[in-house]
Amino acid sequence: MSRYNEALARYQEKINSIQSQEMVINMGPQHPSTHGVLRLELITDGEIVKEVIPHLGYLHRCFDKHAESMNFGKSIPFTDRLDYLSSMNNSHAFVMGVERMLGMEQSIPKRVEYIRVLVCELNRIASHLIAIGTYGIDIGAFTPFMWCFRDREHIMAMLEWASGSRMLYNYIWVGGLFYDLPVGFEERCRELVDYFKPKLDELDEILTNNQIFIARTANIGVLPADVAINYGCSGPMLRGSGIKWDLRRVDGYSVYPELEFDIPVGEGKMGQKGDCWDRYKVRVDEVRESIRIIEQCLARLTSDFKRTPDFDPRALVPKKVNLKPQDYYVRAENPKGELGFYFVTQERSDIPRRVKARGPSFNNLSVLPALGKDVLIADLIAILGSIDIVLGEVDR
Amino acid sequence: MSEQIAHLRTVLLEQVHADAVQDVQLAGLQPALYIHPDYLLAVCLFLRNDPAFYVDFLSDIAAVDYFPESYFEVVYQLASIPHQSQLTLKVRLEHDRSTDLLPELPSVSSVWRTAEWHEREAYDLMGVFFTDHPDLRRILMPDDWEGFPLRKDYQDPEIYHGIPVKD
Repeated sequence: MSRYNEALARYQEKINSIQSQEMVINMGPQHPSTHGVLRLELITDGEIVKEVIPHLGYLHRCFDKHAESMNFGKSIPFTDRLDYLSSMNNSHAFVMGVERMLGMEQSIPKRVEYIRVLVCELNRIASHLIAIGTYGIDIGAFTPFMWCFRDREHIMAMLEWASGSRMLYNYIWVGGLFYDLPVGFEERCRELVDYFKPKLDELDEILTNNQIFIARTANIGVLPADVAINYGCSGPMLRGSGIKWDLRRVDGYSVYPELEFDIPVGEGKMGQKGDCWDRYKVRVDEVRESIRIIEQCLARLTSDFKRTPDFDPRALVPKKVNLKPQDYYVRAENPKGELGFYFVTQERSDIPRRVKARGPSFNNLSVLPALGKDVLIADLIAILGSIDIVLGEVDR
Repeated sequence: MSEQIAHLRTVLLEQVHADAVQDVQLAGLQPALYIHPDYLLAVCLFLRNDPAFYVDFLSDIAAVDYFPESYFEVVYQLASIPHQSQLTLKVRLEHDRSTDLLPELPSVSSVWRTAEWHEREAYDLMGVFFTDHPDLRRILMPDDWEGFPLRKDYQDPEIYHGIPVKD
């Protein structure tokens, strides 16, 4: 087996033979700025980080193995737990893949699709609010964190009203939804949007244009576009480097082609293009775009596709998902980037042979050893915060 | 989609090697090309560098165990950002399922750096060895774990570091 253990021996040799002025520091797994149980092994020379070695797997919950022991419908609650800050988006991607394999993608009622997009965008705002708030606290700004969590709580309450659960919803089902929206949801959602819009301007004043915040994030962790693509970065990471790549537009899934929204990209306004500030700014701008999408969804849900007494969002939910043997890779735009599910189905069974989740955080994090070379330890925290990882998805 | 795959096949056979493409899967939602493991690296380099394809984004690498049949498949999900297209490549590896001698194929981490972690995951969970990989350690499981948990014939260990693992 020695050939297979060569890399491990090389790694141990590297740690054991550091130079006398260097020091190995463990950041995490219990460290607030690693946003979960991530362990970063740092080889430092004074305050300078010479090398970052990430160690993953502390939250490995065997999604792949689990999903190949039960049918597709039963896996949906587990997808909620991958990126637990954007559960709706995860299950939307998973369900979309199964629906396409069933060939029923075109027959989903428009009202169902609009509700899906509505809850997904609400969840996207909630996820970005966490990213923005915790990024502030990583750098030492406490107030934006409280503000973001306050506003996120309103969104959580709305989604709890719709699904019955605060964070892990199991709301989007193959072929439909768990329930229709509760009566009065559209009106309350409109009030929420009206409440939320001025809060975003307040956030801009306290954080986005804050001189201290800019000094800590501009020109730090500059990620050139070609490096970002080569490392498989997606979502705000890739757009922060100036590439206009949003799967909602590229693939045009669900009802996104019918909706109007822009794709914000990093412009290098405060420093170089692709720095931490750009990635942060892309997220703030995406929240504004999500609000635009929500407003359009609400308008359609109260006019063309409004609630009717006989509408049943579970009408098309299949009792058994019977699939021909095939394989399919579905991708969708999560708040963190490209979320993919690769399915391999087998003959005469509704249990898949293989389900592989491609988490955006996993790929975005893999660029950290490249970005974290020869930076200050304090800047490494700024870089890690700007990547916006969720360990539930890195480790799956 | 299937015409593009057929076209790509002829291009690869002409430009890379006459044996580079073993088979082509036209049925299903996503047609795919079966690449010979020996020419995988050359095919990937060609696809990334050729302006007509410019496949610059590797989305995912998934290893699939076809138990009880004696082969594995490694599936590469690729995308091209300028052309806004997707492509699936597959490599089939015949193997007798032993854990001492792993199935092998060349690493594509020199073409797309993101493959580094995906290949570590495939090695960790499915036991597929990637030659010329810069750092092929386990990634999700502990370094001293034995066996490859995503294989269909995997048996849970009774005990790990004195901790009973089975319930």
